[in-house]
Amino acid sequence: MTSCATDRSALPVVKGVAYFLAHVPGMVRHGSKPSREIEKDPSLLPQVVGHLWRFDQAVAYPPNQVFIGNLDPDDLLKKIPPPWFQYAVPHASRWGSFGEIMPEDEFYGIMKICDQFGLLSLEEGFAQGVADKLKTHPLITAEDLARVAKGIPLEQIKAKLANAETIPVYVQGTELVGCVERPQGGGAEDDPNLLPEFLIENLASRASGVMALRHLIKSTGRAEDIDYLLGCGEEAVGDRYNRGGGNMAKAIGELSGCVRATGSDVKAFCCAPVHALVLAASLVTSRIFGNVVVAAGGSFAKLGMKFQGHLRRNMPILEDVLAGAAIWIAPDDGQSPVIRLDSIGKHEISSGSSQQAIMEKLVVEPLDRLGLKLTQVDKYATEMHNPELTEPQGSGNVPRTNYRTIGSFAVLRNEIKREELDHFVEVHGMPGFSPTQGHIASAIPVLGHAVKKMRDGAMANTMFLAKGSLFLGRVTQLSDGISFLLEKNKGVKS
Amino acid sequence: MVVLGAPDADSAELYAETVVNGDPSWAGPLAGVALGLPVCHIMEPEVKALIDPAVYKQHLELMEVALDVERIAEGLGRVRQAKN
Repeated sequence: MTSCATDRSALPVVKGVAYFLAHVPGMVRHGSKPSREIEKDPSLLPQVVGHLWRFDQAVAYPPNQVFIGNLDPDDLLKKIPPPWFQYAVPHASRWGSFGEIMPEDEFYGIMKICDQFGLLSLEEGFAQGVADKLKTHPLITAEDLARVAKGIPLEQIKAKLANAETIPVYVQGTELVGCVERPQGGGAEDDPNLLPEFLIENLASRASGVMALRHLIKSTGRAEDIDYLLGCGEEAVGDRYNRGGGNMAKAIGELSGCVRATGSDVKAFCCAPVHALVLAASLVTSRIFGNVVVAAGGSFAKLGMKFQGHLRRNMPILEDVLAGAAIWIAPDDGQSPVIRLDSIGKHEISSGSSQQAIMEKLVVEPLDRLGLKLTQVDKYATEMHNPELTEPQGSGNVPRTNYRTIGSFAVLRNEIKREELDHFVEVHGMPGFSPTQGHIASAIPVLGHAVKKMRDGAMANTMFLAKGSLFLGRVTQLSDGISFLLEKNKGVKS
Repeated sequence: MVVLGAPDADSAELYAETVVNGDPSWAGPLAGVALGLPVCHIMEPEVKALIDPAVYKQHLELMEVALDVERIAEGLGRVRQAKN
């Protein structure tokens, strides 16, 4: 780290950022919470289906437009009053400066492209229709299309569904178009880790990660220049002898032309992406690898996680998208924002798990080290969950609570007065706009906007902080967290 | 006695309602189950007075600044009043 202070070429920069959303209302019923509740009370299913959105509605949803880069996060504060789901962005496009929102039929095609073991079957007419649609997609190749086009008759799908271990795949909520089944042979037929419930998660995660990475490559650089991929998703790929064994990173790179790359996965619950960014920056600074990409697909299990709150308020079930992200870390190019490796904040094993203790480690300590006040950070990127999704189920406004917590440190340190707390939150925070996709929601949705503003000279710095609830896995009672400061590039490439 | 730590008034009231009258969201195992338990929030003055000031300072002082304790207490007060 010391040497990079005098050697600009070794500074790690964020060269590019891409995001991807797949609008998958047909999969909401398979999310962890909806599937458990529907099994207990089948009369819920028509209610779930009746509260699903069409694709054009999901595209025009303001937070989704912020996510893909067509709106600024502060537009949700200053231009579009809540409830946002009652406001359709005029002339909204599926294409954004950071990526796209894809409809579910096309996304099933991407899942089929990712399916190398015949797990997903699509009905033949549907498959051909999807292949025809994907022909015009700028990131889909002829080789991809050949994998999609071959379907099977609907009768065969129905016959497969007679097996209780097969999961139906729907579009428009109720139209059967395919299924995911348990693999056969090699002991897979009795391996509880290879149930279709897990395999569809893995396929969806890989597919959304592949699309995010392809968008990143299109906007940022050549696939063959990527040396190393760091996965940071929430899926657990593996079999009975290697549960969660992983390397989704390499699987995502395989289908994105990253022929020179290897990779591995970072696991740390929701804060894995920020851990991965710190590791990526370190690999670049140390010159072990020149170009490192952090990538993650979406969390299938979290679809419809708070659907009961949405039903109670008679609002659409807004947890209907899978999200992917990909971030390219490279040596200094004289333009791209710099990850300051002397700014890393970390929640240590001995830190304690109160919000106060976590935030002190992630925010206050690193800023003290850098000689910066809390008010000298332009924006803080924290858990960016869209409050419209979380509040109906009693989970509160997560980003606002985080911003008020950070601002409270500024109060206690006499940087601001108590009555200025709301103003601090407005200036240094932003409304939550991310789908509740766990790791994806955790700070990184802000990265694209921050990079854009720093390149444009409209922002000096942003602090990224992420927290993880390690105790959910019942292994340790610990919490986790990590942070870094992203800074506008001040110099010209050496 | 249930001591809540929810970070905003709406969720605190929802959880208080849950342990007094049953889960109003009908989302969990307490749906339709009225336990009628006494409930408070850890930052209400009466509870704060029971905590060692040094411990409170270390773990809770910051969040007391961050949270709207008055609104949280109002919501819990409503639930308690309805119960009585």
